[in-house]
Amino acid sequence: MTTPSTIKARVFVMPKNGVLDPQGKAIGHALGTLGFEGIGEVRTGKVIELELAGTDPAAAKAAAEEMARKLLANTVIESFRVELA
Amino acid sequence: MNATILLFPGTNRERDMAIALQKATGRKPSITFHRETELPKGTDLVVLPGGFSHGDYLRCGAMAAQSPIMAAVRDFAAGGGHVLGVCNGFQILCEAGLLPGALLQNAGLRFLSMDCVLRVERAGTPFTSRWQKGATFRAPMAHGDGNYFADGATLDRLEGEGLVAFRYADKNRNGAARDIAGILSPNLRICGLMPHPEDLVDPLMGGEDGLPMFQSLAESLVSA
Repeated sequence: MTTPSTIKARVFVMPKNGVLDPQGKAIGHALGTLGFEGIGEVRTGKVIELELAGTDPAAAKAAAEEMARKLLANTVIESFRVELA
Repeated sequence: MNATILLFPGTNRERDMAIALQKATGRKPSITFHRETELPKGTDLVVLPGGFSHGDYLRCGAMAAQSPIMAAVRDFAAGGGHVLGVCNGFQILCEAGLLPGALLQNAGLRFLSMDCVLRVERAGTPFTSRWQKGATFRAPMAHGDGNYFADGATLDRLEGEGLVAFRYADKNRNGAARDIAGILSPNLRICGLMPHPEDLVDPLMGGEDGLPMFQSLAESLVSA
């Protein structure tokens, strides 16, 4: 059995609390129009999948977090979370 | 004044900007491509014009802020250089950390293409010296992401230090915090704003309301 030489990381980027998310609001309204009931706040974000070379999960996570801080998320308005697949 | 206009893939307002700069200075600005690593020698002013750099992928201005040329712009700014960012240029300056805050999608979700009225909140800067504080002028705007956002402490600091350059004086159409349309860096040498003063610099364009910005720059940045 060969060990995989890449690790997949998923970066979830969401608008911070208090940052207006008009897309989420519009989606919430549309769901209400479709007849779905009981919908509270709807928020939209992004998922970015990264294929990273290496086999060390801790290193991959640290690298993805660094990428999120530098480019994938704008921490003025967005928060992020990294999950390894 | 020697101005250079940065050109990113998807920039589309560089010609308007060149016309405005040439009209005010009598000199044709140079164009600097995003892959360059140095600004032209003797540059007094770097201008980031409007458009949709890199297709607005990820976030408006996010990709352009990482372009090779931006390292040179950071050095230029750190050395006291003057930088103007309009519309997408303002978004790029925020993404690059050269100005605080960020531009969110317009609160009403619509792309806004119309004239607005701006009030000059800070006169006596290289960008606003031709206006009196409180003066109002018409400026075209054309953006989908012009909702200026910064945390409360940053907004308080901007206002406290007189770094709000322009506010929407007629109507806040995009949801911008505290009606802010444009801001300045603490040394007053970097200015970013969403509306387009460069698009009203000639009677043939429908007015000259935006010309004072470029005349201010031409007077402030007299080069040998």
